[in-house]
Amino acid sequence: MNELKRHGKAIKVYKGEDKVLSSLEEAIDKAGVKDGMTISFHHHFREGDYTLNMVMEAIAKKGIKDIKIASSSLGKIHEPLIEHIKKGVVTEINTSGLRGKLAEFISKGGLEKPITIRSHGGRARAIEAGEIKIDVAFLAVPSTDAMGNASGIGANTKCGSLGYAIVDARYADTVVLLTDDLKPYPNMPASIRQQEVDYIVKLDKIGDPEGISADATRFTKNPKELKIAENAAKVIRALPYFKDQFSFQTGSGGASLAVTRFLKDFMKEDGIKASFILGGISQPIAEILEEGLTDHLFDTQTFDAYAIESFRKNPNHHEISVSEYANPWSMGSIASQLDYVILSALEIDRDFNVNVMTGSDGIIMGASGGHSDTAASAKVTVIVAPLYRGRIATVVDKVTSVITPGKDVDVLVTERGIAVNPARKDILAILEKTNLPVVSIDALADAALKIVGKPDPIEFTDRVVANIEYRDGSIIDVIHQSKA
Amino acid sequence: MSRLRRTMLYVPGSKPGMLADVAIYGADAIMFDLEDAISLKEKDTARMLVYNAVKTVDYSNTELVCRINGLDSPYGERDIEAMVAAGIHVIRLPKTETAQDLHDVEALIEKYEKKYNREIGSVRMMAAIESALGIINAYEIATASKRLIGIAIGAEDYVTNLKTKRSPSGVEILYARSQLLNAARAAGIAALDTVFSDINDMEGFENEVRLIKQLGFDGKSVINPKQIPVVHAIYKPTDAEVAHAKAVVAAIEEAEAKGYGVISLKGKMVDKPIVERAERILELSRLSE
Repeated sequence: MNELKRHGKAIKVYKGEDKVLSSLEEAIDKAGVKDGMTISFHHHFREGDYTLNMVMEAIAKKGIKDIKIASSSLGKIHEPLIEHIKKGVVTEINTSGLRGKLAEFISKGGLEKPITIRSHGGRARAIEAGEIKIDVAFLAVPSTDAMGNASGIGANTKCGSLGYAIVDARYADTVVLLTDDLKPYPNMPASIRQQEVDYIVKLDKIGDPEGISADATRFTKNPKELKIAENAAKVIRALPYFKDQFSFQTGSGGASLAVTRFLKDFMKEDGIKASFILGGISQPIAEILEEGLTDHLFDTQTFDAYAIESFRKNPNHHEISVSEYANPWSMGSIASQLDYVILSALEIDRDFNVNVMTGSDGIIMGASGGHSDTAASAKVTVIVAPLYRGRIATVVDKVTSVITPGKDVDVLVTERGIAVNPARKDILAILEKTNLPVVSIDALADAALKIVGKPDPIEFTDRVVANIEYRDGSIIDVIHQSKA
Repeated sequence: MSRLRRTMLYVPGSKPGMLADVAIYGADAIMFDLEDAISLKEKDTARMLVYNAVKTVDYSNTELVCRINGLDSPYGERDIEAMVAAGIHVIRLPKTETAQDLHDVEALIEKYEKKYNREIGSVRMMAAIESALGIINAYEIATASKRLIGIAIGAEDYVTNLKTKRSPSGVEILYARSQLLNAARAAGIAALDTVFSDINDMEGFENEVRLIKQLGFDGKSVINPKQIPVVHAIYKPTDAEVAHAKAVVAAIEEAEAKGYGVISLKGKMVDKPIVERAERILELSRLSE
């Protein structure tokens, strides 16, 4: 591995031309988009993103074919990609996640070439190592000046951190910014800097603020999630890493967010502060900074209006690129300094392997995200999940797809007991001395089976529709075409 | 005092997800509701769901109670049949006003115990008193059947009947609580307090739990799992209480061994009620662990 060099973007020399172009079509022409190219997008706008669909429609209209999409993730809103795939405009997809009709279409074999699913850190690694070579990055930015100093805060849209986009801007040969708020020069502080930007297009609307950031995040009132969260926080408190200057990351699901609340109470009771909190940042996390219970926040993506305001005004709320966040091929990502990470699961099996990608019907419905990155990096990885959802077991014999390998998972907290990975004898020894309900994972899987019964196996064909890359680039699992 | 009845968690019989999960919150008893929480069009499905839940879900050793519909409705007898067949531990009568109400239900329970080959008398009963007449008849109700394990006050209907409404201090139901408690103790059965319906007012809830514990109630009906740890914490004897109780019991054992009649501990006479209270605290402490 020491022979690998970081991949670079094409060197170009600024000749004083105006970077601001009149239309998307002009940008596509100037950027030289042509058949077979790899173009990239970010997902900071989540379900409020207008730009990917606009760019792809313009590319399709020009008759360009065989485009490889490398997006940090894709959402339900990107359903129009189905038509582009059918018409041969898009022939390859690299993403962290897929949802909705597009996910179903891919799962049922709609795209000839298997898609590649990468973790956030794995994508940054693949870009820097040249495994993903981005020809043109189309990056939606809430504001920019005419030279390309771009920010996640704009007059019409706000997304806070541009952590995913920063990597694309740095490594794509050509960078096109799409904005609906063109600011006077210089637009500072900027997340993306002018040296990396080729063109800028001003559009009427780049996104729907409602879909980009939810309003104040509400804590779950679901008693089952609260019970799971409280026990997860108790696990964290019981372990020796819970001391002054510790660090953690919590996921954005209901139970994970609630862990944050219980943890905050424990920090106050025990008189300890965190050194940093990492992650996607939402209101409950931003409040911890506001209350002085952590020194720093590291933020790759900002989830809600409150957190965006914190990002804007608090000097210790730091924007980081997704490479700094979790790239395993670097001299230490921030994730590598984590004490605890609390993550959710669609399924977890007797070997502690976790699936956050495919649903109980075998159809893709989730995202790899930072799951495997943080699980591999943190000193303690805690999975919070109900034993079953509806009639579907969460703790199962074998997960449908592996995203995070069991070796990186230390503790599972369910509403009916806490299981510790037998490899973590240290954790087991400590938790067994508490009054927390520690049981084996087999006992949990058996209990789930007893309650919901054994479902018929999911039916797949032999055809692979997705390769799941582990963060180091190895293939950890594949997803087969669903017969559903 | 073999069973703690500090908390009885209500669960609507019509919600299968809740029926499966309700045991995980650590309530001493679960009360499946077929009555007020269930709309008319769901009466049959709820009964069927609770029947199957009681038969199949592992509720460990939690006491299972079912609040049935009144016998003046078309559902009461069917509820009793289904619950006896399922093996429910306790049938709770709503709106009990006279001893006759209990006799009527008991006759049906016995009929179905025979039909489903259950031991006669194995299904126990609880009576909820929710009216002025019921409170007046509290002792008569409390002694109406050997099956009775306790009586409970249902405050919402009661205060309506009194032409008032509930207040934070609970002054309007103080008479009813005291009367009900007295009747229960005279009959040697449990006394259970009414629900506190504002689940967001945890401070008000805590105050009410302290009040009813001081009055002498065994416990309280709860409507949200988050109310459970509050009740259990308040009912848990303090370390000082436990230490004193242990000293009392040790002193009495020593006195008995030496053949003394009356003993004293730290200069205070220890008599029968003090010993009983000490034993009760040790039992509660043991069961609270």
